[in-house]
Amino acid sequence: MLEIRPYGDTENDGAIQLSFTLPVAKSEEAKEAAKQLVLRMGLQSVSVVHMADAGENFTFFVVYAKTDVAVDFAAISVPKVDALHLSYYQVNDYIRREIGRKVVVVGACTGTDAHTVGLDAIMNMKGYAGEYGLERYPELVAVNLGSQVPNETLISRAIELQADAILVSQVVTQKDVHIPNLTELVELLEAEKLRDRLVLVCGGPRISHELAIELGFDAGFGGGTLPPHVASFIVQEMVRRGIK
Amino acid sequence: MSKLNLDLEKVTRARQAAAHVAASLQEFIAGHTTVAVERTVARLFGIDGVDSEGVPLPNLVVEDLVRGGGMGKGAAFYIANACVALNATPMEVATELALGRLTLTKVQPAPSGVKEAISDLAHQALQKIASGRRERERLLAEVGEGRQPYLYVIVATGNIYEDVAQAKAAVRAGADIVAVIRTTGQSLLDYVPYGATTEGFGGTYATQENFRIMRQALDEAGQEAGRYIRLVNYASGLCMPEIAAMGALERLDVMLNDALYGILFRDINMQRTLVDQHFSRIINGYAGIIINTGEDNYLTTADAIESAHTVLASQFINEQLAHLASIPDEQLGLGHAFEIDPALEDGMLLEIAQAQMARQIFPRAPLKYMPPTKHMTGDIFKGQAMNAMFNLTSILTQQGIHLLGMMTEAIHTPFLQDRYLALENARYVMNTARSLGDEIQFVAGGKIERRANEVLDKALALLLQVEKNGLMESIEAGVFADVKRGRFGGKGLEGVVRKAPDYVNPFPELMQSRTLLGGR
Repeated sequence: MLEIRPYGDTENDGAIQLSFTLPVAKSEEAKEAAKQLVLRMGLQSVSVVHMADAGENFTFFVVYAKTDVAVDFAAISVPKVDALHLSYYQVNDYIRREIGRKVVVVGACTGTDAHTVGLDAIMNMKGYAGEYGLERYPELVAVNLGSQVPNETLISRAIELQADAILVSQVVTQKDVHIPNLTELVELLEAEKLRDRLVLVCGGPRISHELAIELGFDAGFGGGTLPPHVASFIVQEMVRRGIK
Repeated sequence: MSKLNLDLEKVTRARQAAAHVAASLQEFIAGHTTVAVERTVARLFGIDGVDSEGVPLPNLVVEDLVRGGGMGKGAAFYIANACVALNATPMEVATELALGRLTLTKVQPAPSGVKEAISDLAHQALQKIASGRRERERLLAEVGEGRQPYLYVIVATGNIYEDVAQAKAAVRAGADIVAVIRTTGQSLLDYVPYGATTEGFGGTYATQENFRIMRQALDEAGQEAGRYIRLVNYASGLCMPEIAAMGALERLDVMLNDALYGILFRDINMQRTLVDQHFSRIINGYAGIIINTGEDNYLTTADAIESAHTVLASQFINEQLAHLASIPDEQLGLGHAFEIDPALEDGMLLEIAQAQMARQIFPRAPLKYMPPTKHMTGDIFKGQAMNAMFNLTSILTQQGIHLLGMMTEAIHTPFLQDRYLALENARYVMNTARSLGDEIQFVAGGKIERRANEVLDKALALLLQVEKNGLMESIEAGVFADVKRGRFGGKGLEGVVRKAPDYVNPFPELMQSRTLLGGR
């Protein structure tokens, strides 16, 4: 057992900061409403430290409070992408040695998502944070289909390009539309009997590996992922599954 | 206020090269029309509404012309001819057509009066747009406006009525400009939806009724706040000129208007959208609408340091294309962005160099300055600090239109409080540093000045290359934003038609000569 709580300035003090907006005009009653709301969340020692008029009948609050709940850190288990982390050079060597041909990766922001920042960070030649993107890898053929690509189009392009892996990026999604969208891709691939022949990966700030697995993907990458993380997984997964 | 010692001869040479690029493009543009241009003429002639299937009447009119082979001559002639021959209004003609009782190209040419009818119908449209323009001028004089940089926020709920509530809250918190983001994918629709809408993804449909609803709300909020609030929408995608016309009729104040953005980021066919852009800019110019261009987007895909000169080169080209559409500098919201990696030492110096350089090269343009997006990580606290640096750069270099950075960029569409905190941040920084720009001089030959001249040099070299090769060829070669697009690729090419020798569209000439607006 290793019980932990948030750490403010003292071990186990359970300190938490919150901010939110209530749809009422700024008033002492609004402040009290904010306090009671936080108490009803189960937090204690509630202190509304800031209240501001955020526009027509809206009030913004900053609140500090304490929690007495804890979690057992020793009992935490998080599914992680199961692959050795290889560098740019190691990935290319690995492909030459273990696969012996170029690996084709097709990426897209699917559905309604128009935000390509995540996909571009992974795929563009230039890369991100000092790491080259997949387009730069000599042993990869990386094709970036851009944004707002329907799942059907992504699949037909993947067939055409004889893709080994598909990357799906979902950055800004409204009302959780990324979940049915990602699920649909898996279903379509299964219907086309392509699922087993492909490494299927998704990524984005709201994607976790656990969610990805649950939706039927091989891996999910959250914020902070760099191109070699994705490349390492793809090539090792291909070898593990015997995709050659 | 010329502070960076820029090589003015290079600026002049760059402008000349851009003028040549624009002029050679104009030859192509002048010889062509598109289905969107002709639908716009139908709209300006008063044709609006949808049939029983929900298809907009302007689309039915133009589809009828396409079927009848009448596109080359233009919608203005056929609509006016039917009006004269049948003694009907354009709306009555369109209604008959929608019921399948009329084919425009089969109406017998009226023996006389068509020319006069075209002129009458055009003048009626100009009258409406000109009166909107005068109304804006009246309101600006009566209620006043915020100081530049205008603080620009976005609403994007999908529901126009909820947009109204959020927009009003933003005005109370200090916004000067409100943009209603369009629903995802609208740029690829080859028609404009109709009526008030309450469902959209990541934004709200641009419809004339939605424009009207938000216009009214912002006029009310502006009266209350004591400053005129500008309304923004997007004359982009496959319906550029139609949306520009709707914006002109409903007194929008600012419209995104950049064919290059559509070509590069929405894969819209370049021939189609360059022709569409020209007419849409003529309309925006006539209506007194500030256009915003999309150079900032280049830096979301290409590197902000390496590709800074592509932004400047594109600004030069956009300036010249806008001049060809008679848009004055005061309506030229050229875009650029604060997108340099925050980890880079002295990165802010490079941002100041770019922003100050743009300010000096385009002194009268209300430059549109875009906030950091690419390097926003989900660390909202760092994001707020980055936005503060962006706000400081903007006030220091006296930008015109300032899009507020959201600390929750890349997390979700902004919460109400995100917008409020962004406004608080900008108001604080811009107030506390209001006159800083007037007090500062840059070190001669220092890092900032050297950087500005380096970007200018590279932009000039690029413009000379584009001047030699042509703009379409340069886009095909992937010069902008690292994206390559083919002249015959992309969406909407089938809607481009060569004009016949007897083609008529009364609007460009009337609008560019400022008919009914009084002298220049």
